[in-house]
Amino acid sequence: MRQLCKGNVAVIQGALLAGCQAYYGYPITPASEIAEAAAFYLPQVGGVFLQAESEVAAINMVYGAASAGQRVMTASSGPGISLMQEGLSYLAGAELPCVVVDVVRGGPGLGNIAPEQSDYFALVKGGGHGNYRNLVLAPASVQEMADLTMLAFELADRYRNPAVLLTDGFIGQMMEPLELRARITPPPEKPWAVRGTAATRKNLITSIHLEPDALEAHIRKLEAKYREAQQREPRHELYLAEDAEVLLVGYGIVSRVLRSAAEQAREQGLRVGLFRPITLWPFPAQALREAARDVRAVLVVEMSTGQMVEDVRLALREQVPVHFYSRVGGNVPLVEEVNAKMFELVETAVH
Amino acid sequence: MAEYEVVHSKSPVFYPVYERKADLQHQTHYCPGCGHGVVHKLIAETIADLDLQDRTIFVSPVGCSVFAYYYFDVGNVQAAHGRASAVATALKRACPESIVIAYQGDGDLAAIGTAEIVHAANRGEPITVFFINNAIYGMTGGQMAPTTLVGQTTTTTPWGRRPENEGFPLRVCELLATLEAPVYIERVALSDNKNIMKARKAIRKALELQRDGAGFSLVEILSPCPTIWKMTPTEARDWVAEHMIRNFPLGVFRDRKVKMPESSRPPRRTVAEVLGLADAPAEAETPATRSADAREWKIKIAGFGGQGVLLLGQILAEMGMREGKEVSWLPSYGPEMRSGSAHCHVCLSSKRIGSPLIEHPNVLVAMNEISLRKFAPSVVPGGMILYNRRTVPADVEIPNVRVFAIPASELADQLGAAKVGNIVMLGALLELTGALSSATAETVLQGTVKNSDLLALDLQALHAGRDYVRQLPLEAR
Amino acid sequence: MAIEPRGRVQIDPNECKGCGLCIDACPPRCLVFEAELSPYGVHPARYVGSGCTGCGICFYVCPEPGAITVYRVSPPPKVISATEAGRAATL
Repeated sequence: MRQLCKGNVAVIQGALLAGCQAYYGYPITPASEIAEAAAFYLPQVGGVFLQAESEVAAINMVYGAASAGQRVMTASSGPGISLMQEGLSYLAGAELPCVVVDVVRGGPGLGNIAPEQSDYFALVKGGGHGNYRNLVLAPASVQEMADLTMLAFELADRYRNPAVLLTDGFIGQMMEPLELRARITPPPEKPWAVRGTAATRKNLITSIHLEPDALEAHIRKLEAKYREAQQREPRHELYLAEDAEVLLVGYGIVSRVLRSAAEQAREQGLRVGLFRPITLWPFPAQALREAARDVRAVLVVEMSTGQMVEDVRLALREQVPVHFYSRVGGNVPLVEEVNAKMFELVETAVH
Repeated sequence: MAEYEVVHSKSPVFYPVYERKADLQHQTHYCPGCGHGVVHKLIAETIADLDLQDRTIFVSPVGCSVFAYYYFDVGNVQAAHGRASAVATALKRACPESIVIAYQGDGDLAAIGTAEIVHAANRGEPITVFFINNAIYGMTGGQMAPTTLVGQTTTTTPWGRRPENEGFPLRVCELLATLEAPVYIERVALSDNKNIMKARKAIRKALELQRDGAGFSLVEILSPCPTIWKMTPTEARDWVAEHMIRNFPLGVFRDRKVKMPESSRPPRRTVAEVLGLADAPAEAETPATRSADAREWKIKIAGFGGQGVLLLGQILAEMGMREGKEVSWLPSYGPEMRSGSAHCHVCLSSKRIGSPLIEHPNVLVAMNEISLRKFAPSVVPGGMILYNRRTVPADVEIPNVRVFAIPASELADQLGAAKVGNIVMLGALLELTGALSSATAETVLQGTVKNSDLLALDLQALHAGRDYVRQLPLEAR
Repeated sequence: MAIEPRGRVQIDPNECKGCGLCIDACPPRCLVFEAELSPYGVHPARYVGSGCTGCGICFYVCPEPGAITVYRVSPPPKVISATEAGRAATL
């Protein structure tokens, strides 16, 4: 059944289908509807919703619930995510699965509440201390807000690691048709959890390994997990990329603008394609190299001063020139701006 | 020869050998004369006596007791600095049958974790917190604690704690005793044999209360730190008696039953039920009226807060969806929404929608003059504007754009409800564009408006908008 | 005439850190520092061999979980529980 649904609400609907049992959070625009939906739905299905005293408390409650083996999540936006970074490091260090949604707004500092993509570094590259990674997914529609939330729970459990939905104010606030699969996934067995039972009495959840050798072994174990994720989990979408001369690269709301830009450019005679990373970590570098094999130029568009573009350049090296266009501060790049930039690139390349 | 039996020995709640410890696996890592070991023993003894070993989850903090999990043969969770009571909150909620102990030092609980302990106590989380107050940061080498005494020298108060600079020692029990929810709060001290036995009693009582499901309990234990205080163990013990107790009076600060007031409880339903998947009719998959209109509609609706701008957009999107179109609805949000002006973008298409952000609408609904002036220039040639007035200001002239003056608010007023102006506009928009069917609008309104009087009004408004357009002279259409 | 023994205390020199709290707290004062250094380089506590009443105070003031084991003469007229030992220590 299709229903018109807000992106932020779709997150919780997907979470319910993924068997999410607990939500701990703190309100912040433009993510608050996620907490509101959790508050409405979870207690009805026997789950826990608690509005914590801060994002710091919320992420540590997530740590507690994950320690007990629950499927648990939280959501916030930039300023709150900054406060959660310590907790994310502990969750990754203690190998605890959880789902965190960042509905990105303008920064730095209080910035504003309009959409941005400036938390890419903070979540894709780390943000908290130490050698860890978040599994990062970038939904571009309301449907994906639900679907990728479900996937995030699966990946989090598969790798015993935090999984993050990196989205933005527009995807969170917009409404689109949502179709829910009526299949509810039971959470997997977690024999490592601490549940206050005889069977789990010997279990320990911790991120401290005092001896350098012990910590090194632990970090290598995490590293091996991340390597496996890099092999198995990169996801992307291609659009009109087959014969493209120019390849646009963007994620989330920007990918939607780029989709329109590609269509419009083709009407004007320029063969433009789109590469949309669905996983930002692991970054679909191999697929990008293949998609860019025969293009003349790559244009990365972001609502940041240039964050994902570094991963694109790392993936493509000298293969093809990588250009960058951005709008920030809550402004979304317009189709006509992107196209102007593309035609400029092509002109420059020809002359 | 007399026969002997063991009356006091190592508790079975401690591991026989501390295998998680790298070396010296039959000794704790605590310094000689440290209070932590004493408290550990009192807790272990109680867990054994109350038969709670299999049910206990011990949350260790950051501080000297970070490694409490080396010793306690119970479920163990190690928490970030200051967050033990937040972690404990979620553990207890996940496992209500378990016995959750948060063990925290003064820096952990009363400095970095002040917010978490206050709110866990205020919510009445049915956990037990053991708060070790030794007036100093032990693990990091002797810096000031929130409970450091006035005048006490630490590495970060080299001239003694000066209230004018560092404030006064924080009295946690007194602070928490102002809250409604806690059931038991007591301060005890490891200052002499008698007080150690009182501590033993308090620890037992706190865990019994949790076992019985009573509510939040906290025992503060004034505890010696001989190494960092630079005293012998006996001097340190005496310093607790002579200095700490004077600043932190011992006693019971809260001991009462707390009855949570009755509150409305959410209904219990299944996930399929709450998401409406259980009773979804199969025919909903195919739209009742599939739109034959293949045009792409990019509709921008703008106006003032309260004019139903966002709702009008949502109704259009919902209608489009029901007619089998791809749709998107993108609002202005946040303070902008609250400060007066509001707008939204609605895309209706037969193809997957790219950007939901409309730069150039082919339909602009301007519910006030400001919106008209602001957005009219962005309308594409061949597009149309619906303006919420009888006449369009003379100086507004957009080449190749048809501007319709639809006095929606005025017509709504005539119906006796200004708030249905947006629905009047909807009726006019459907009539002018033919983008979606009026019947779908009625279905959507029937689905969303539960009050029958309001629904009747909305339907009247819908027809009023349609009829207004129909009576316009043909050249004006 | 020898006093009837009532208790006995056993101190594990491999666990005792020589803090001396038990020595200071012992009501019949029947614990002393060992003259010899333990492998850790401290003087552990030692029971002098007589005078112990089995009151358990040394056990409760000792920070080490397993350094001290307290015994009482058996069978006593009644079973002495930990709670009662605590009460005895309080008095």
